Amino acid sequence: MKNRQLFRNKLDGTNFLLFVTVALFVVMYILGLIIYNDQGFGKTQTFLNMLIDNAGLIIAASGMTVILITGGIDISIGSVIGLVCMMLAYFMQHLQMNAWMAIALVLLFGIVFGAVQGFLISYLKLQPFIITLAGMFFCRGLTAMISANQIAITDNKTFLNIANKDIYLFFGATVNKHGVKMYPFVHPGVIVALITMLTIWYICKYTKFGRNLFAVGGNETSALLMGINVRKTKFTAYVLNGFLAALAGFAFCLNTTSGFVEQARGFEMEAIASSVIGGTLLTGGVGTVIGSFFGVLIKATIETFIRCNGTLSSWWNKIVLSALLCFFIVLQSIFAIIKNNRKK
Amino acid sequence: MPDKLPTLQSIRKSQLLLPVTALIIMLLINVLITPSFFRISIQNGVLYGYTIDIINRSCELVIMAVGMTLVVAASRGTDISVGAVAAVAAAVCIRLLGSSYDSYAIAPVLAILICFAVSILCGAFNGFLVANLNIQPMVATLILFTAGRGIAQLISAREINGVMVPGQILYVRMESFKSIGGFLPGIVIPTPVFIAAIFVLATILILRRTALGLYIQTVGINPKAGRLVGINSTLIIFFTYVFCGFSSGVAGLIASSRIYSSDANNIGLNMELDAILAVALGGNSLGGGKFSIAGSVIGAITIQALTTSLYAMGVSADQLPVYKAIVVILIVTMQSEEFKRWRSAYRLRRQNRKGAEK
Repeated sequence: MKNRQLFRNKLDGTNFLLFVTVALFVVMYILGLIIYNDQGFGKTQTFLNMLIDNAGLIIAASGMTVILITGGIDISIGSVIGLVCMMLAYFMQHLQMNAWMAIALVLLFGIVFGAVQGFLISYLKLQPFIITLAGMFFCRGLTAMISANQIAITDNKTFLNIANKDIYLFFGATVNKHGVKMYPFVHPGVIVALITMLTIWYICKYTKFGRNLFAVGGNETSALLMGINVRKTKFTAYVLNGFLAALAGFAFCLNTTSGFVEQARGFEMEAIASSVIGGTLLTGGVGTVIGSFFGVLIKATIETFIRCNGTLSSWWNKIVLSALLCFFIVLQSIFAIIKNNRKK
Repeated sequence: MPDKLPTLQSIRKSQLLLPVTALIIMLLINVLITPSFFRISIQNGVLYGYTIDIINRSCELVIMAVGMTLVVAASRGTDISVGAVAAVAAAVCIRLLGSSYDSYAIAPVLAILICFAVSILCGAFNGFLVANLNIQPMVATLILFTAGRGIAQLISAREINGVMVPGQILYVRMESFKSIGGFLPGIVIPTPVFIAAIFVLATILILRRTALGLYIQTVGINPKAGRLVGINSTLIIFFTYVFCGFSSGVAGLIASSRIYSSDANNIGLNMELDAILAVALGGNSLGGGKFSIAGSVIGAITIQALTTSLYAMGVSADQLPVYKAIVVILIVTMQSEEFKRWRSAYRLRRQNRKGAEK
């Protein structure tokens, strides 16, 4: 009896959303195993490929979660990722720059860009959506200014080595038709993404800054009355997000090894969808990075479905994801309405 | 008082000051770059000239900006799906009309009506999410912003070897369809100008003749107070989104008629930023409340003038957003309360220093 009560308390509100997400992922994965088993859906490598393809998204969604917890939003990250890829390609291919130098410069750019947006949003109190919308168009235009054509990174050995390095796992080996034991592998981008995600999770849960984030997002006025520096907290969140967006761009570039104007268009939507599906409230104050990770996995599963199906056009990716986002937003808002009614 | 001469004070306080000044500056810059800027001539029986071109090209933006103004005024947020909705509407219309050389697949009027109905449906979807479910406007419209172009691509399907392949560019080959975005025979002024003018005038008339305009302002300034005096704020906000969807549909129709095809990737591309910019430039606060349709219209024309002159300077279409983003940030910063407070604090400090020196 007591256990059930405890269970119910744990499932109340936000945890319930996370529970729905994990359940949805498990159901989808099992469905995939049943329907597409002959296409290798059940292989460990298929699962790892989801991580490899979405390493950038895991990082970007972590940053987005931080921003959403403060009650803000950032729709510029897709363009920032596009710009970062283009900058990396331009630095290494045209300026023959050292790979590490280029990566450092790009990360610095992310921090500066995040700081500018954060200043406008937290200190000038402008609407985050307008500022980041402008930021989105700014970065996209800047990408086109660097080069209108696609730049492929072909000369920089260091970068290509990082991009193509296979890190083998020690378990889950399968035997292929030649009788050779094949160990599943991941790329360095995945390692970076997972470390980043865990770091952000730690920051949100166990540091003063993390708790301030939740306080500011929950209720700005009470946070101010509690003596929290609201402006500084928001500003720091946007700087952190800018850095993470650049890091996501780096991870994204490891997959594509090129810069291109149209790259990562609509990525902001994927990041927001992943966070929201993972139980982060758009009104702020609630959210976990772990949930966002499951959001990314759900998105990746949908992609794998569409790929395994073979006849569906890739446009369905975005439509299904949008529908899923819509479903979860509506779910959230219904929860909010129920909560309000209960208070009354 | 109407009989009082407009003093400097009232001009400075007028909402139209910002858009008119911006337009004049834009025109002056253009005259300096191209001396023949204001020359208008008649070639091939139609008006021809830089200014005509700017006004003609700005029609879609004017129509969208009107819809966006109401959305901003009532819901304190913006609808960022306008470009995508325009693409969907265009795709629906073109798909229905078909690409035969001899006749339309269905009556053009019916196709246009269905295209409007689809855009109104998109607007109603946004409106439902925002007004009934209380979701932040920009997140709610973000759904169609991303999904819209995908849907438009799926609609723009053509049969190739017996299979419907989405993501094609469909063409309408009938001459009469081109007149919506071009010229009606025997009339020198481009058709879009008529459409935009009728659209703006009708909107202003509806808002002025009925209490709708007042309701929208009330809801935007304080939705709770609006509800307490008996205004159904949910319905008003819902209506503004439906109207915005409709205006995107009209804009999409004109845009598709200009190129007599449905290009799901490019119709209405970057229009959301332009429309928001037009509203902000029109002196309307993005925080909702009081609004001026005239300001937004002038703002929209100014932005088209900016776009055209940037093209004239050799800036490519991909790079345009950089300049527009900077303009948006500048205008929004100047409008912000915090910035005004900083400025007045600075002025006060300077006055104090002057006083101390005396």
